[in-house]
Amino acid sequence: MRSFMPRRRAALTALAALLVGSVGSGAAAVAAGQTVTLLNVSYDPTRELYEDFNRAFAAHWKSHTGDTVVINQSHGGSGRQARAVIDGLAADVVTLALAFDVDALRKQRRLIPDGWQQRLPHASAPYTSTIVFLVRKGNPKQIRDWGDLTRRGVAVITPNPKTSGGARWNYLAAWAWAKNRPGGTDATAEAFVRALYANVPVLDSGARGATTTFVERGMGDVLLAWENEALLAMRELGRDRFEIVYPSLSILAEPPVAVVDRVVDRKGTRAVAEAYLRHLYSRDGQAIAAKHYYRPRDPEVAAKYARQFPALELVTIEAFGGWDRAQATHFADGGSFDRIYARR
Amino acid sequence: MSAVASDAVAPLEPAAPGEKDAPPQAARGGPGRRRRSAAPVMLVTLALAWLGVALVLPLVAVFAQAFAKGWDAYAAALTDPMALHAIRLTLTVAAIAVPLNLVFGVVAAWCVTKYDFPGKSALITLIDLPFAVSPVISGLVYVLLFGAQGWLGPWLLDRDVQIIFAVPGIVLATVFVTFPFVARELIPLMQAQGRDEEETALSLGASGWQTFRRVTLPNIRLGLLYGVLLCNARAMGEFGAVAVVSGHIRGLTNTMPLHVEILYNEYNATAAFAVASLLAMLALVTLVARSWLEARAPELRGERAAQS
Repeated sequence: MRSFMPRRRAALTALAALLVGSVGSGAAAVAAGQTVTLLNVSYDPTRELYEDFNRAFAAHWKSHTGDTVVINQSHGGSGRQARAVIDGLAADVVTLALAFDVDALRKQRRLIPDGWQQRLPHASAPYTSTIVFLVRKGNPKQIRDWGDLTRRGVAVITPNPKTSGGARWNYLAAWAWAKNRPGGTDATAEAFVRALYANVPVLDSGARGATTTFVERGMGDVLLAWENEALLAMRELGRDRFEIVYPSLSILAEPPVAVVDRVVDRKGTRAVAEAYLRHLYSRDGQAIAAKHYYRPRDPEVAAKYARQFPALELVTIEAFGGWDRAQATHFADGGSFDRIYARR
Repeated sequence: MSAVASDAVAPLEPAAPGEKDAPPQAARGGPGRRRRSAAPVMLVTLALAWLGVALVLPLVAVFAQAFAKGWDAYAAALTDPMALHAIRLTLTVAAIAVPLNLVFGVVAAWCVTKYDFPGKSALITLIDLPFAVSPVISGLVYVLLFGAQGWLGPWLLDRDVQIIFAVPGIVLATVFVTFPFVARELIPLMQAQGRDEEETALSLGASGWQTFRRVTLPNIRLGLLYGVLLCNARAMGEFGAVAVVSGHIRGLTNTMPLHVEILYNEYNATAAFAVASLLAMLALVTLVARSWLEARAPELRGERAAQS
């Protein structure tokens, strides 16, 4: 009984030493070499893409400057990630699902300047994607186009547009299809989207969560998904279990990237952060994007991967008057989604 | 929690009879025993079946999934640098949070049970607050305090101090959610023990510190260990509060539970369950240590009785 205290004290001392030791060694490693650390705050489905791209960029940067660059990754729902950066997550670059979420960094703390989207080609979106349907093998419910999603007995899996960038693209794609029907108006589009959401049994908070719900938990007949997410799920979980259906019309999803000025200026990482994003537009970066099922901008790379990306009619966010308008009309409090979901 | 607390107190009450629970049953005799024999068997079967479904099955599933692709895949998942970092971070956080709450728990329990002061019951209620609050709120509180738009955020930002989305934030959130464990174990125990022994020691000329070390501490050491054990298990397993303040930077701010979720979302179920198996083993060790402590309780009680 007497020995209890000394033993505990010894254990505590050892723990304290361990902690101090680990903190000390970390600081030394940073100070010793020419090592730069970047933090890329991204959205859910880009995990595999950036794992690959970070390796390629690190090699590129090493061969050009001799410096080592370590890129840390953070992934989550696009809106939530933007929120974290606004709350102080020190992102050197953000690579999010939609311009609205990046623009929040400008509005909230002026972390990025006006006109940020014009700093890089293609409105700062180095790759694009679209919204497709993932269905179970053999397409047992015969889902061919948006109109089939409102049929009785079809369960649709899509995440919550309040928190997920992908879900907002899904929502707008459905809206665009309905509005482009003969005689389509905003009213018929809203009625269609309401009927669609009546078939949604559960709203996950992010795109990856929705994919897991559909693919691993086996819920639903059709998943509205990023094309890249659908292709990845097919590769990871078996082509014999799922197939992709391309609807007659979808939306051109342009996930933008941006250097977070206030962070890079504080950390002194602007040069490497800008080079990192520019590298996404290089032949190398475009090929990596295509390999991970994002539609590349570079025509030559696109031609090489043409078989992977069937052509289909795509509307852009401009059809909705840009993201600010789309957000205010559809996803802000009291917007069309609230009307639809409250009266479900 | 209260069930656990009363477990710890209960052995102290029937101190004198001291024996196992067998004698009172045997004393009842034949017919009673036969009548009872069906009900206990059914109850035990039911309990075991429930245990099997609710506890053993998931546990087996964790290990089955973890080893689904063989030992090599399991070992590779655990020696992955990101996994190693998550393990190290979880150990670090627990190594800070548990001692802090150990000290706090002892001090709080000491104050509450050995002294009378106004606001005492309010303090006891406050200690329980983290149990009553959803872990997500526990995390958000720190975002509101230390976030870039929070109360202290701008001041910290100017000085380049990162609290949330870094290790300090994770430690703070963990300390908050594991706050009550030690105190909750000690308060009922110390209340049951009363103040007589301390008062005796003081009247015999012992100093406050001597009284604490020589009298109080030996009396509470089992409950203390018990509280530390539970505190540690929760500190290593906490998900909600930590998820809010972590920032999810892999290799920097991902603890083991967060890492499990990430791996699972990357369609890497084997690796996810490999890391989860470590957490499951932690739970098993906690359980074994717990029953070991409970088994030791009667001897310790005897020892204490002999001393006083």
